[in-house]
Amino acid sequence: MGARLREYGIPGTTIFDGAQAQKGHALNRMCYSFNSAENRAEFKRDEEAYMTKFGLGPEQREAIRSRNVLKLIAAGGNIYYLAKFAGIFGLDVQDVGAQQTGMSVEAFKAKLLAAGKG
Amino acid sequence: MAKILGSITTSHIPLIGKAIARNLRGEPYWKPFFDGFGPVHEWLARVKPDVAVVFYNDHGLNFFLDKLPTFAVGAAPKYGTADEGWGIPALTHFRGDPDLSWHLIEALVAEGFDVATCQEMLVDHGFTIPMALLWPGGGDWPVKVVPVELNTVQHPLPSPARCLKLGRAVGHALESYDEDLKVVIVGTGGLSHQLDGTRAGFINREFDLMCLDKIVGEPEAVARYTILEIVEHAGAQGVELINWIAARGALNGRVAKLHSNYHVPISNTATGLLLLENRG
Repeated sequence: MGARLREYGIPGTTIFDGAQAQKGHALNRMCYSFNSAENRAEFKRDEEAYMTKFGLGPEQREAIRSRNVLKLIAAGGNIYYLAKFAGIFGLDVQDVGAQQTGMSVEAFKAKLLAAGKG
Repeated sequence: MAKILGSITTSHIPLIGKAIARNLRGEPYWKPFFDGFGPVHEWLARVKPDVAVVFYNDHGLNFFLDKLPTFAVGAAPKYGTADEGWGIPALTHFRGDPDLSWHLIEALVAEGFDVATCQEMLVDHGFTIPMALLWPGGGDWPVKVVPVELNTVQHPLPSPARCLKLGRAVGHALESYDEDLKVVIVGTGGLSHQLDGTRAGFINREFDLMCLDKIVGEPEAVARYTILEIVEHAGAQGVELINWIAARGALNGRVAKLHSNYHVPISNTATGLLLLENRG
């Protein structure tokens, strides 16, 4: 039985609620483990074995392999934990924002700077 | 009796930690942000607080989604920092004040705020970045701390109205503490930003400036929004505004706005800074 997903009606936004938390628990638990440098190294040595160790389901495994943040969110990932995953590849939240919005990092940064001009 | 000097509320973006570590304060990207803190430093040097009570949110360092409190109060003799996964340099640990923490916990529970209590607690960038902004220069921190952590990670989040009441309860509890302590209230996070989804990079200048203005004299006008309305207006992570609302609540009397700054962007975020003095 899957978690009961709800739609909150805010465009481009997934509310991380109980349903998402249930769905994403294994994925988020794995990402939480990346607080430790030792665990980050273990993941890099053998990603598949590391995902098995944390019990990720097929959708989550595919999302991790694809490095696709929107897919990771759809698989129940919480952005604060996904940021730890992105950090393994030296990606920050601006890289992550660019990927999700389909923009280049330069264009994404320019958009933010433009927001500052008010 | 403990005396509440005022409150300082500021954003807590991880990238600020890197800018501090690499000494980029004077770079064009960073200068308008860091320059905002001059009046805050002058005020802190003048009023010399003994303790900082810090309303903030953890992002997956001390708490994981296995056990996630809505409100948690630190009661540790010291609070360490640790690797959060992306390499912010570790900072000197913070000294706690367990007697004051337990006084707050007892008062809060008596008022119906059934907080989690933490005799061991790590503090993450939501706590450490503002402290490093308020007291730059490294070395030992000049204040003891009491962390008050609010859930902004997993919905349902506490309502803004509830957070305002939590702050008020903390304020009353501090004022009834039988020790001559000078306390500064700190609130961290915000203002508008969104990290996740196709709306990533969302900023709402108009809403932020309204909040910065209204929270001074009419915090109820900010606290009347629902969490989902704040997500809509300020972005998914803009809900960190509840830390600002709680901090404002802790000033129970008249306040004077001494300083504010608003600068967009730092990383994905619209940054805000507000210094309020408690005039009793």
